[in-house]
Amino acid sequence: MKRILPHPVLSATLLIVWLLLVNDLGLGNILLGLILALTIPLLTRPYWPDSPPIARPFLLIPYILLVTWDIILANIAVAKIILFMAPDRIQSRFITVPLDLKTPEAIALLSATITLTPGTVTADISTDGRALLIHSLHAPDPDAIRDDIKNRYESRLIRIFG
Amino acid sequence: MTDILITLLLIIGAVFGLIGSFGLWKLRQPMQRLHAPTKASTVGVGAVLLASAVHKGTQGQPSWEELLVLIFLFITAPVSALFLAKVHLHKDHAPQDLPQPEGSEWATYKNPDEPR
Repeated sequence: MKRILPHPVLSATLLIVWLLLVNDLGLGNILLGLILALTIPLLTRPYWPDSPPIARPFLLIPYILLVTWDIILANIAVAKIILFMAPDRIQSRFITVPLDLKTPEAIALLSATITLTPGTVTADISTDGRALLIHSLHAPDPDAIRDDIKNRYESRLIRIFG
Repeated sequence: MTDILITLLLIIGAVFGLIGSFGLWKLRQPMQRLHAPTKASTVGVGAVLLASAVHKGTQGQPSWEELLVLIFLFITAPVSALFLAKVHLHKDHAPQDLPQPEGSEWATYKNPDEPR
């Protein structure tokens, strides 16, 4: 089983993405999608040495909803800064966020979340992989932004990746 | 009724795209400018895609391609933003200007040939 289906989640994702791409639920497309879902994970196997360790995948759904909501709120906040704040009053700065997450997949997801939320961009990671460098557009209180990222996103990702 | 909804979504998308472009012009530092397009690429594109999905739905041909566009955009946008940020770190900032990580250093300034 492990040899035919090294990454069942990847296979399922590929099949769903294929069916969404062709936008048609015909038998031919399901068969073609199945072929792709079986062969692509086998061909790309050398690049996926370990299966991504997602302990509670169903918790990803509330996480995605939370991030979507935050993106909308943060968009409005950044729009206000861009439209109404004098350029010399915008306090941009770099902030260090120490990480409790360990796996590369989880850290990648956290840094993507930080970048997608307007107002903060992930700029770098430390060589030991235990801190992120982020840039904040307007941060009168950098500690609050750091705590917000840790409590709001990282704590949930720790629960998801286990 | 759906026409009003579609129009509203298109206007929201256009307004956020405009604010993003305006921010690109208004903000002064290169790192600040990186923040403006994230607005256009999230809510801006998201609202336009939602309008397209609603429109197709009312035409009797529901479509999930918009969702895929959004997913691919959300996967790729942070990668390009990260690379732009790294270019700015090398061009405009020195390691000593930045807050340092505890007991480590920022990866982009590290010579990859040096042993860890």
